[in-house]
Amino acid sequence: MEEASIKKLQVLSFFLDQDCFGAEISAIQEVIEYRPITRVPRSPDFMLGVINLRGQVIPVVDLRLYFSLNVSEPTVNTCIIIIDVKLSGESFALGLLADSVKEVVELDTSDIKPPPKLGNVIDNKFILGMVEYNKLLIILLSLARIFSDDELQHIADGSEPSETVIEESDGT
Amino acid sequence: MDLLNVFLEEAREHLNALEESLLVLEQSPSDASEINTAFRAMHTIKGSAGMVGLDHVSYFTHHVETLFDQVRKGIIRLDHASISLLLDAKDHVESLIFKESSNEMMAISEQLIHRLQDIAPTEHAVTPEAEIPPSQLDEGEGYWRITIAPDENAFVDGFDCMPVLRELQSLGDSALTVGWREQPQQESFDPLKCNLVFLLLLSADVSKDSIHDAFMFVQDDWQIDIDRLSFNESDKLGDILQDIGAIDKAKIEAIQNSKPKLGELLSESGLVSEKTVDQALQQQAFIRKEKEKTTPSQPTIKVPSNKLDRLMDLVSELVIVHSAISQVSLVNDIEALDTASEELGRLTAELRDTTFSVRMLPIGSTFGRFRRLVRDLSRELGKQVQLETYGADTELDKVVLERLGDPLVHILRNSLDHGIEMADVRQAAGKSSQGTIKLEATYESGSVKITVSDDGGGLHADKILAKAIERGVVSAEDNLSVHEIQNLIFEPGFSTAAKVSDVSGRGVGMDVVKTSIEALQGQVTIDSVQGKGTAIAITLPMTLAIIEGLLVRIGIEYYVIPLNTVQECIEEQTTESMLHQSTRVINCRGDYITCINLRQLFHVKQDMPKLQQTIICRAQEQQFGLSVDEIVGQRQTVIKNLSPLYRHTTGLLGATILGDGNVALILDINDLYDSCQLSDSYENMPAETPPC
Repeated sequence: MEEASIKKLQVLSFFLDQDCFGAEISAIQEVIEYRPITRVPRSPDFMLGVINLRGQVIPVVDLRLYFSLNVSEPTVNTCIIIIDVKLSGESFALGLLADSVKEVVELDTSDIKPPPKLGNVIDNKFILGMVEYNKLLIILLSLARIFSDDELQHIADGSEPSETVIEESDGT
Repeated sequence: MDLLNVFLEEAREHLNALEESLLVLEQSPSDASEINTAFRAMHTIKGSAGMVGLDHVSYFTHHVETLFDQVRKGIIRLDHASISLLLDAKDHVESLIFKESSNEMMAISEQLIHRLQDIAPTEHAVTPEAEIPPSQLDEGEGYWRITIAPDENAFVDGFDCMPVLRELQSLGDSALTVGWREQPQQESFDPLKCNLVFLLLLSADVSKDSIHDAFMFVQDDWQIDIDRLSFNESDKLGDILQDIGAIDKAKIEAIQNSKPKLGELLSESGLVSEKTVDQALQQQAFIRKEKEKTTPSQPTIKVPSNKLDRLMDLVSELVIVHSAISQVSLVNDIEALDTASEELGRLTAELRDTTFSVRMLPIGSTFGRFRRLVRDLSRELGKQVQLETYGADTELDKVVLERLGDPLVHILRNSLDHGIEMADVRQAAGKSSQGTIKLEATYESGSVKITVSDDGGGLHADKILAKAIERGVVSAEDNLSVHEIQNLIFEPGFSTAAKVSDVSGRGVGMDVVKTSIEALQGQVTIDSVQGKGTAIAITLPMTLAIIEGLLVRIGIEYYVIPLNTVQECIEEQTTESMLHQSTRVINCRGDYITCINLRQLFHVKQDMPKLQQTIICRAQEQQFGLSVDEIVGQRQTVIKNLSPLYRHTTGLLGATILGDGNVALILDINDLYDSCQLSDSYENMPAETPPC
């Protein structure tokens, strides 16, 4: 039994734009319904703002904007995935906006293939691997790499008044 | 006296530790770490008892310590008999510290010392630690006795005694009695003449000057006597009566010899009127009550501060839930719900206040450290300086208090180094050779004001200006007022000290003070008269967890502005030009001030209403306006930290949760103003919002 569990990987699959992504569940706290997000002025666009989660104020990040994917209006399927991240030793919760959340699947680690060098929708360094499950291609994200100290630092430092015109999409 | 309280608290802990160690040693007599713990406990008590003037305690513990020392060195071994002797000794120390020491106790001490010496023969005769005269420690706990005899014509001149009395009573706990100047006779009684004498006992940690301030307008005509009395003075009825001059000592003694209650006897015998005795009794009750307060009888428990933080969080959430419920009850007109919501509100408020008070610490707990600092530094600098502290009872949130220490040390160092002059300079200027630094804490309209004032040389405006021009902080044509020049010392990298000394003047000084005070949502102001002295006032909120805020709306977004920065709100017609500018100039009561258009600054997309509200704020001694769409109202605002991800986003203090569960951001007015100044050029770019 134990040997088997080492080879298995539990993954939450969700959609961003047209693509299915997966994230290993150990870092995931919970998935909540979409709720209005309070915009924080003068911060980067992909940082949508903050929400109230049982009295805690939690930032929400739109990976679609971060990965330059297409952005659509929130629907009934839109969810916020709450994950735990660490920035310079301080751990805090962070929300990820997803167009929809599919399911938790158990994958054999042997089925996971490395991503092709070219033609990926997102930067290769954030991809752990690719896997086909029920005829659906799941791109496994490395949350640890997306929200590594370096990247978070980059996000936190980069939040000076942005020069770009506000996107037409309306997060509020 | 705070020192004594600290000692008592520590002594209790050390004695408990000692007892525990002794009990362990009884089982395993050679446990080295326990022996060390016990030795340390005794040693600490000995040292600190000497410091607070409990010489006998220190004398006695010395012998216990000697014994432990020998145990430590392996000269003697502990057995059951010696352990029980040590436990006895421990109990004795406890009663020496916490109960009054009497001759009887001293006798017990000697007896115990003998028994200790039987176990551990002393090497040589032991002398008690350096003696500290017991009375020198402090002005002492005490109270003010204020006798007020208003001028005969006070009523005719239209003076009212009540405001004066009220002001005095606001200074602290007090007991007031009223009497006649002379017993009125029916035939000669003139109702227009003021024939009253007030006697006010006031237990407050204030200076004589601040009591005199209450009499500012009447000082010349009224007869006012202010005396500081110590609690050690008698609270016996006879003495009180004597003090107020109702009777002399000999008569009291004569009556007292016949025993029963003095008060009854005196009034029965007609020597003193019953009323006077009543008044004296009232005073007695007051003195006894205040005395009780100063003796620490309440047991305290130590709680890890994170538990308190958690409690605070929970209370904050409760406040939020309550505001949600009250909103529901407003919309749905259900009487039972209204009642329950009101009741919940009352309880929540009470719970919130109690929780706050648990987190509050008296500022006096930090004063000891400052006394030491002033003492050491003044010796080092060869100056004669005295530190006077007032308002030690003033309470502040522990977080605020912890972070206030360093700025205060900075200010005190500055006062000592630059403020107070050398003794000969002072004498030449006609001042007393000893300089005085006053550290005063008071409550002022919902916040705490801490003032550090010295009677030193004051700031040299010319020097500061010259330096500022040299450093390029200001230009010579700026035409600054004296006050503006004084404020320059808060600019970064500014120091006027001719030479850099060990104490201060490294060029990182007042700007650091200012930054750290502003980080605590406080403000620093300076007031200095050349040749007379300098006063630096720090105004701080009492807590950082909840603030009073003004909830405003821009488009569909809500923001909270800390109320302590708000001065007034004005309304304006929206004009075409407002749409495109993030800052503009408005006329407010004849002054032209900058107005920041938050809609532009924050890129709010919704259309602008016909009327704009402008909130006039004050930050960094500057007035400026903030334009918003609507002022929703005043709110108790629970501050939640914004995620570390937003730590570089300027102008925000944190976030709060509104009654409907949504998040609103709290603006940091100081930061906002700074960031507007920096990014002026960028913000003035043409706006992309189409005109409405």
